[in-house]
Amino acid sequence: MTHSLTLPDVLAGLIVVALNGYVLLGGADFGGGVWDLLASGPRRDRQRALIAEAIGPIWEANHVWLIIVIVLLFTCFPPAFAELSITLHIPLTLMLIGIVLRGSAFTFRAYHDGDGATQLRWGRVFAIASSVTPVLLGVCVGALASGAVPREGKTGFTAVFVAPWLTPFCLGAGALTLALFAFLAAVYLTVEAREVALQEDFRRRALGAALAVFAAAAGTLAAALRGAPLTARGLTAMPWALPLHVATGTAAVAAIGALWARRYGLARLTAGAQVSLIVWGWALALYPYIVPPTLTIAGAAAPEVTLTLVLWAVAGGALALFPSLVYLFRIFKRS
Amino acid sequence: MTDLLAARLQMAVSLAFHIVFAVVGIGMPVLMILAERRWHQTGDRMFLELAHRWAKGTAILFAVGAVSGTVLSFELGLLWPRFMERAGAIIGMPFSLEGFAFFTEAIFLGVYLYGWNRVSPRAHLAAGGLVAVSGGLSGIFVVIANAWMNAPTGFDLVDGRPVNIDPIAAMLNPAAFAQTLHMTLAAYAATGFIVAGIHALHLLPDPRSAFHRRALAVALLVGAPAALVQPLSGDLCGRVVARRQPAKLAAMEGQFRTEVGAPLRIGGWPDERAGETHYAIEIPKGLSLLAFHDPGATVKGLDAFPRRDWPPVAVVHVAFQVMVGLGSVMALVGAWALALMACGRDLTTHRWLLRALVVAAPMGFLCTEAGWIVTEVGRQPWVIYEVLRTADAVTPMPGLVVPFTIFTLLYCFLGLIVAWLLYRHVLKSPAAAAEEMPVGARSREGV
Repeated sequence: MTHSLTLPDVLAGLIVVALNGYVLLGGADFGGGVWDLLASGPRRDRQRALIAEAIGPIWEANHVWLIIVIVLLFTCFPPAFAELSITLHIPLTLMLIGIVLRGSAFTFRAYHDGDGATQLRWGRVFAIASSVTPVLLGVCVGALASGAVPREGKTGFTAVFVAPWLTPFCLGAGALTLALFAFLAAVYLTVEAREVALQEDFRRRALGAALAVFAAAAGTLAAALRGAPLTARGLTAMPWALPLHVATGTAAVAAIGALWARRYGLARLTAGAQVSLIVWGWALALYPYIVPPTLTIAGAAAPEVTLTLVLWAVAGGALALFPSLVYLFRIFKRS
Repeated sequence: MTDLLAARLQMAVSLAFHIVFAVVGIGMPVLMILAERRWHQTGDRMFLELAHRWAKGTAILFAVGAVSGTVLSFELGLLWPRFMERAGAIIGMPFSLEGFAFFTEAIFLGVYLYGWNRVSPRAHLAAGGLVAVSGGLSGIFVVIANAWMNAPTGFDLVDGRPVNIDPIAAMLNPAAFAQTLHMTLAAYAATGFIVAGIHALHLLPDPRSAFHRRALAVALLVGAPAALVQPLSGDLCGRVVARRQPAKLAAMEGQFRTEVGAPLRIGGWPDERAGETHYAIEIPKGLSLLAFHDPGATVKGLDAFPRRDWPPVAVVHVAFQVMVGLGSVMALVGAWALALMACGRDLTTHRWLLRALVVAAPMGFLCTEAGWIVTEVGRQPWVIYEVLRTADAVTPMPGLVVPFTIFTLLYCFLGLIVAWLLYRHVLKSPAAAAEEMPVGARSREGV
């Protein structure tokens, strides 16, 4: 672990940055759908309206982070993309159906004015798809982490295409992803809400989701000890493991404390930090692999010329996109 | 159904579905900003209402386009992992650039759709302009990647593996310019014609409607010139195909035998077993003239290629005839409309033109679909022309008929919903267009 950072490492890191962006922004949009599904109480309709208003202008931009993850993966690490696509065909396909239904239904609901029943039905589709898709994303991420993706030495449909992802650990990772997205969404919505009662609604939901995150994380870690020894070792034995856990734990406690104290801006910051640290912890636990336990980052990397060009493209793209994103969020988001 | 066929059909359905939304995503922002700019210039609020309506349509279509495009980027791996494993490092670059262009598009579409009352009028128009530019660029980058599959360059093949990779040379492949030009023009022509046709339909019973007259003028401004010059870019594409993919050209033209001074066949039905194209109108030396700009040029027939390297001839030939036939009608109708506009005539008094525009309304989309069938089916049996066979690229995942069926049903369902929503929001005549003014305020509410 003492060697210096290579070009493939940098690009793998950029993929994690994009994934982090997707989780923080796109993930929260899915979480919004979860709270649409769970909307309740006297302010049920206003909760849903707030969620729709918060997501509306930005969900498509937030969704693009996922596209960036995919194109960077297949450009910079083509064999890794091929392996993942083969083994995880079923959960990825289900995830795509979720993505299609979520986005379409959200838009259909917005433009289906004049007929309350139909609008409600589209809202239901949006909410259910929003709740199922993160689980599938988490399942795929979990399968990758558990080192079950490579197909060498496996025969039979179940062994190759089902067993790698239908495990307690992967389902735990799915539940954790769902809980994290719901947590982020509830925290963000406390900032977005303009009336105190709604703020309180989402504060309670955020605190509940924080408990769910804790439970899912504990369950996943327990399953990891049996189902994903590589990840478990990465998460426990590596020199960076302890400081990372301390930092993640501190952020989690700070987020809960900030919610408790109704300091919502601080809660948003710390919740984002907590979730980001989990993403990076997962990535570091995989390192130096991209598809453990066979494909390393160096082994799967495209030729240097490709990586160099992509790095320039990302640098140029970031230069143009970062101010644009700031502009978008400054127009539509409360600071 | 074999898994290979199911995979090809799923890819075909996904592309055929997505391309409609992609085309509109390239064309509609141009219409929106033209209308908005006219509003800025003239203060005529009907142009603002027009921009609002078109923005609504764009919002619905863009959302479905974004998610169906996501499906495609995953399907590259889910269906063709061996293709991506080899091609990713060579041709991932334009996909990455497309990712950034699409990001820009999504950001500024958000600003455009929801920002009517939140940013200054100039910033709003500029956001629309960025959507139009980045939408066009997105399309160009993706088509560059497709062009590379037709004319693969930028690598050497050693033992079946690509080495000496040069992603820039791959992007500058010989088919890239012709294909991107052809597709970009197609997007403007198809969008302009469908919108023009819709408003022509309203103008037939109500020729004095100021709203529809303005809409027709803006739509024709985008669609007609594109349709008019499209045959030229088609010629360019055809000549690239003639040089780079002679088997595809032979299938497009139903040319079974290698021939000096080959005729151009219009219509007809290629009979693969007999090795002949029946019932076609033949123009002597026409094909040699068109494909090589030389009436005496030799055109390779399918007999120059082993049978296993033939694309499905009938499908490619018929699709090509449909594209060229309908494209020619669009060019003629476009020329007619432009000529009348150039003479300062009132288009709405020319009822036959309005009728022709109504008939031509869907033609741009039919042409686009047919054109993609020509280029994709015509490339078979290769996924990377003469480098990798489609059959060798497919995933080992069995039972692909299941995802194929699911996505087909899903897309049919979404297509119906979108059509119905567009009918309600965009196509219906704005009976009370003027009273319905504060649309921006309403659309901002989201629900």
